[in-house]
Amino acid sequence: MARELPYIAAINEAIRLEMQRDESVLYFGQNIATTKNDPFLQEFGSDRVRVTPISETAEIGMGIGAALAGYRPVVELYMAEFMLVGMDQVVNEAPRFRYMTGGQVRVPLVMKAGYGFTAGWAGQHTGSIYGMFMGVPGLKVALPATPADAKGLMATAIRDDNPVCYFQHYLLLLDHGEVPEGEYLVPFGQAAVRRAGTDVTIVGTGWTVGRALAAAERLAGEGVSAEVIDPRTLEPLDTATILESVAKTGHLVLVDQATLHASASAVIAAEVADAGFSYLKAPIRQVTALDATIPYSRPMEEYVLPNEDKIVAAVHQVLGSAPVAAT
Amino acid sequence: MTDTNGVEGLDRDRLVWMWTQMVRVREFEERVKRTFEEHPGVIRGHTHLADGAEASIVGSLATLRPGDQLMTTYRCHGYPLVLGTSPKAMMAEIYGKAAGLCGGYGGSMHLTDVSRGFLGTSGIVGQGIPQATGAAYAAQIRRQGQVVLCFFGDGATKQGAFHESLNIASLWKLPIVYVLENNNYNVVTRVEQEDANAAAGEPLAVKARAHSMPGVTVDGGDPLAVYGEVGAAVARARDGGGPTLVESKVYRLSAHGNSIAPPGVPLHFPEHEAITTFGATEEYEAAKRGDPVPRFRAKLVTDTTLSPAEADRITEAARTEMQEAVEFGLESELPKPEDAVKYVYA
Repeated sequence: MARELPYIAAINEAIRLEMQRDESVLYFGQNIATTKNDPFLQEFGSDRVRVTPISETAEIGMGIGAALAGYRPVVELYMAEFMLVGMDQVVNEAPRFRYMTGGQVRVPLVMKAGYGFTAGWAGQHTGSIYGMFMGVPGLKVALPATPADAKGLMATAIRDDNPVCYFQHYLLLLDHGEVPEGEYLVPFGQAAVRRAGTDVTIVGTGWTVGRALAAAERLAGEGVSAEVIDPRTLEPLDTATILESVAKTGHLVLVDQATLHASASAVIAAEVADAGFSYLKAPIRQVTALDATIPYSRPMEEYVLPNEDKIVAAVHQVLGSAPVAAT
Repeated sequence: MTDTNGVEGLDRDRLVWMWTQMVRVREFEERVKRTFEEHPGVIRGHTHLADGAEASIVGSLATLRPGDQLMTTYRCHGYPLVLGTSPKAMMAEIYGKAAGLCGGYGGSMHLTDVSRGFLGTSGIVGQGIPQATGAAYAAQIRRQGQVVLCFFGDGATKQGAFHESLNIASLWKLPIVYVLENNNYNVVTRVEQEDANAAAGEPLAVKARAHSMPGVTVDGGDPLAVYGEVGAAVARARDGGGPTLVESKVYRLSAHGNSIAPPGVPLHFPEHEAITTFGATEEYEAAKRGDPVPRFRAKLVTDTTLSPAEADRITEAARTEMQEAVEFGLESELPKPEDAVKYVYA
């Protein structure tokens, strides 16, 4: 049975169900469980649910240590940029342990953080920095775009035996959607085809999935059939589904809220160019944020971000066509 | 110079100036807060107010000389006002306008006025502390007697950046004063829930001991007490005596910031977390009764430094000034969209 839930509630439901299922799941971090009324604290108690100081290095490092000692911590880091304070633990500790010990240990750790708050949060709280964590062997990256995925990817992240960066999108927190009840897992490394199409493949992540779908709807009105793909996890990345789509459409537009250079979009473009060059009837186009820190003021913020107009224009470009009136 | 209050260097004009600055900060913050109701959508993102910390801010900044410098947190509206920055430029920045102090690039969290020694803010807890320490290193080797003030909150003292910086500053005898504005809450977490010293009933100033520097705790609601402690620390720093940690106990009278919501949901300023999260209404009411702005006014009126009529005139002038700032901010133009890519590199 599915019912409508907001994205944020779907995340919390997954954590709650996993904590009920497995006593080794812990949940700690900033500004959670500060009173006895907190539902997690009430249900699971203060051994397993704790507020921490604002101490990212310690929060993430303790998550690693508790994982090494047999637990499965979910660390609430609030905002993705706060992870940068503890970057050594994220990039150079958590994902290395298993490898360096010749497979003796596992680090089942979820680092949970919000990102992409492009609603006037200015330069230091708006970043789409998931690309920074993509190229780290041993680390997984999940980017849910729908409430159902928010639940299913969190459950999978908690059960995964590796460190996982779980990035929830701030602009999606109150989005409602159908969410299955009870146990619900979305496998990592399995892209979702959000809309089927034949003329062009559009790949988006997180908030840009919705922008891509809106652009596809407009393009349908012009007689252009766009397929929209959401990779759901960037590490592992389901290149096969993207390649299969490009083999069908011959055209690829990539949408990324991050800046172009070293972005997820650039990685996907390279992989398609590597493995699917012969499918392409036109060069790949990337619709990303412009190379700037996100500005505070609205007109400048809107200017640097990808949007439907930019996606539609990129599709026209790869198809080598001006808009065609619907018949 | 007449010393009317047993605090060296503060004559009547200076005392009146101090209260005037406190009133200006309060009135500015009130207008920022009212903007959420009166002009919905004009302020975006996250805004943090200094109401309740006016005495601490003014008492600290009153110790500075021209050429001294400071760095602060994202709760940054109070400092530039006291330094003389135009409230019009500040309000325009908070409203995202091209005429804003930072051209609309930074917003509420990054008000910066380098011309007045205010080198900037960090939006990330604790991360400005090493930067201020670096400015103090620069001041030390420039040998012009400059001092740096570094402002941060109680939450920041649980960052590695705090301890790493205090160690180096003490080791190198840097000319810096660390002003720890302890307002009892990091966002919705009470200090005794996240700080071992607070949980043990000790002041946060004891953290200075680990770094072999003086640590003092002062009533941040009393601008003269703050002036005395920060002033002594500034004098020591200027003389080559090294850094000090001054814990200034304040109570923020507003919530941590405005509500957090995706676009489309109107933003507002909720009640203080003492009430909304902890049900500690009496704690909050007690803080309101101890509000530093009327408290200092009462002191100055009682000792006849200030007449009630003059105090009223000062308040009225501050209200007019901030009304003009609001009007300027509202009427100013938005920046050109394409300017977004202007300042990426020097």
